[in-house]
Amino acid sequence: MATKHSRASARIMISPAVILLLGWMLIPLSMTLYFSFLRYNLLMPGMEEFTGLTNYKYFLTDPAFFAALTNTILLVCGVLLVTVIGGVFLALLLDQPFFGQGIVRILVIAPFFVMPTVSALVWKNMFMNPVNGLFAHLFKFFGLEPFDFLAQAPLASIIGIVSWQWLPFATLILLTAFQSLDQEQLEASEMDGAPWIKRFWFIMLPHLSRAITVVILIQTIFLLSVFAEILVTTNGGPGTASTNLTYLIYMQSLLQFDVGGGSAGGVVAIILANIVAIFLMRMIGKNLDA
Amino acid sequence: MGRITLDKVSKAFGDVEVIPPLDLTIEDGEFVVFVGPSGCGKSTLLRLIAGLEDVSGGEIRINGQDATQTPPAKRGLAMVFQSYALYPHMSVRKNIAFPMRMAGMPKDEQDRRIEAAAKALNLTDYLDRRPGQLSGGQRQRVAIGRAIVREPDAFLFDEPLSNLDAALRVGMRLEISELHKRLTTTMVYVTHDQVEAMTMADKIVVLQAGRIEQVGSPMELYRSPRNVFVAGFIGSPKMNLLTGPEADKHSATTIGIRPEHIAISSDAGAWKGTVGVSEHLGSDTFFHVTVEGFHDPLTVRASGEVALYYGDTIYLTPDLAHLHRFDAQGLRIA
Amino acid sequence: MARSVSTNRKLVTTFFAWVVGLAIFFPILWTILTSFKTEAQAIADPPIFFNFHWTLENYVTVQERSNYFRHFWNSVVLSGGSTLLGLIIAIPAAWSMAFVPSRRTKDILMWMLSTKMLPPVGVLVPMYLIFRNLGLLDTQIGLVIVLTLINLPIIVWMLYTYFKEIPGEILEAARMDGATLRSEILYVLTPMAIPGIASTVLLNIILAWNEAFWTLNLTAAKAAPLTAFIASYSSPEGLFYAKLSAASTMAIAPILIMGWFSQKQLVRGLTFGAVK
Repeated sequence: MATKHSRASARIMISPAVILLLGWMLIPLSMTLYFSFLRYNLLMPGMEEFTGLTNYKYFLTDPAFFAALTNTILLVCGVLLVTVIGGVFLALLLDQPFFGQGIVRILVIAPFFVMPTVSALVWKNMFMNPVNGLFAHLFKFFGLEPFDFLAQAPLASIIGIVSWQWLPFATLILLTAFQSLDQEQLEASEMDGAPWIKRFWFIMLPHLSRAITVVILIQTIFLLSVFAEILVTTNGGPGTASTNLTYLIYMQSLLQFDVGGGSAGGVVAIILANIVAIFLMRMIGKNLDA
Repeated sequence: MGRITLDKVSKAFGDVEVIPPLDLTIEDGEFVVFVGPSGCGKSTLLRLIAGLEDVSGGEIRINGQDATQTPPAKRGLAMVFQSYALYPHMSVRKNIAFPMRMAGMPKDEQDRRIEAAAKALNLTDYLDRRPGQLSGGQRQRVAIGRAIVREPDAFLFDEPLSNLDAALRVGMRLEISELHKRLTTTMVYVTHDQVEAMTMADKIVVLQAGRIEQVGSPMELYRSPRNVFVAGFIGSPKMNLLTGPEADKHSATTIGIRPEHIAISSDAGAWKGTVGVSEHLGSDTFFHVTVEGFHDPLTVRASGEVALYYGDTIYLTPDLAHLHRFDAQGLRIA
Repeated sequence: MARSVSTNRKLVTTFFAWVVGLAIFFPILWTILTSFKTEAQAIADPPIFFNFHWTLENYVTVQERSNYFRHFWNSVVLSGGSTLLGLIIAIPAAWSMAFVPSRRTKDILMWMLSTKMLPPVGVLVPMYLIFRNLGLLDTQIGLVIVLTLINLPIIVWMLYTYFKEIPGEILEAARMDGATLRSEILYVLTPMAIPGIASTVLLNIILAWNEAFWTLNLTAAKAAPLTAFIASYSSPEGLFYAKLSAASTMAIAPILIMGWFSQKQLVRGLTFGAVK
């Protein structure tokens, strides 16, 4: 409800944001699309020529692509699983009254402040290193053979690192949601004779569904493009064991200077991300801001 | 000067017409109340006058000048909102000063007007507080103060008392009426409460579904409601409305008789009924009487205390001089 | 009515909460401790916790070798600049969407958020070439623009949710009081939304500070922020744990300190305004 005048100003006020984002989306996107049809290597300037779908053929038939796709899905789903389940339990715990709530909350949030490169380096060297890492010391203490995490279980290790970074976020959102739960509803169900587990399942969890949606949406946005953690720890290896799509395309374009191939990969990544995005948007469309 | 003329003003939101074209003149210095049930378009009409909404058709003239396209701030009107709409981050003084600050008024003139308004509204001790530290009535006064200092051509009030408790509401009602007598500035006041309308207005505009049902002074509306809707809306408790054989006797489709125009007797009268619930207010007593053959119970007023109890038989006689007759269209038969 | 809880139960909860809290915080704590050790103590087996000889030597070395302060300054400029620029663009947009909503408002918001889902790597090559051709590679201004654009949808979204909590009548009152659009936003809306804006700013500073895709790929030396500074320790040199720890501590300390001082707004901000 407003006047023509205010609607006109509203359009003017929103346009910088819309135009900038539209440009940000369309210009590089159309360039990527264009390059993806060219044979274009930065090491051989001036040799660009139209090659049709060749780049796509190479990219999609490259066994590395399939590995990267699987790794991406595993990485996203793995981290989501760990953080959502861990987050629900942590939030349940932190929602109880205890001494020093403020300090513990700060401790739990802290990993979110740590930049990906730092957390990857710290975990890689100081914890997962098979010789000097704390885990190695711990294993030796129990008389076990030290385990080389990043060589033997690279993807799982990366999932662990990334989960540590995002657990605080999930916990915090779920905790906020718990705190907004109507106490009278819980008390009413207690009067009705529902045991704790049923109260958790039928009242708390449904109440959390919106918060869980938010966690999944926002984390997926960031998890699809996990990059620094891989760059710093495994460089995608060994082989392609921990290469996700982002990293694969990065290697193709900036390490092998194959702009055409990298662009084709970029287009594929965008299409895949869009499929996920449509799926997610449907979900929040229903669940968010209703 | 504050003469507001609405000429065939209409408003539609999309395909929904909330106000069909209507004409209305508000004279300079008048206290006009828009009254009607919720959703009748009274607030929308006020917002059209304020310029917070565009009209879909017609013309709004203020002091004879076409103001239809004039932005709200340039119309010379001040508005008091239902939620008071005070700026929570500013002190009372800054709140009141805000319109003058926006107009670029000299500082000493601002201070002079703030002091005057604060004195008139008993806010002098609160000038440095934030709205959050004030009571509902005080917030209301700050909102009025913010309107007064602009010395507008007309004040617009949008249900200003609906957030106050009952006792405070009566007090503020008097204060606003007194303010109007003192300033003699045009005031347009929106409410759903017909008691506010009756007690404050020079002129009442009764609205229903965006249409004006009747315009007139409170007593005109009370004495000769133009149709069944107005008859039922104005007056407290509500007028008794009867249809069927009883109305036929008076050659009307509907007849209306106010509770205060029915005489009661314990032995003889036109209608025989049974006393239901009675409400004792001290000065008056209201009986809800079930009369055989009538669809709804009648409400009857008796002055003082009357010894009638639940289940007693009662005889009622309407005062025919105050009987209202309406035709099949619901319009008054003269 | 809050229910009273027995002290015993509270003590048990306290114990578990602290164990979990410390476990999650431990990697950071360990890094900070190690940064004050000598290299030999850093890899000592069994690990030393507190009884070591505290030294600042690692910090001096790191500054000398990697020029911490230049990277730190770049991080400040990039995160501060992109947040400020983002606010300037996002406040009017959020005002439009919150107070003059149309049928398309929600679609626009969803679309904006969806641009966030474009994998950055999909446009890495063109961005790299555009930057190279415009001479923006390894410049602060170039990165400020990119960081603004990638965080803009989140700023708009958050401000929108905060603005929607402000009753429209107050802005209408301002309009009646003669405020222009500019004064309405500057003197009424913005001051009223300060807590929400603060949360938005804090979250965006963190996101920009920690952004490690564009900052790593579009900088070399001049404009490189702390993400790049620390990435340089991923080479075998990184095996010097104490120095690595000192560098890590220096990279995360500003944000940690900022977080501790602004806990309340930050917690609100970390939920992206999506959960209340």
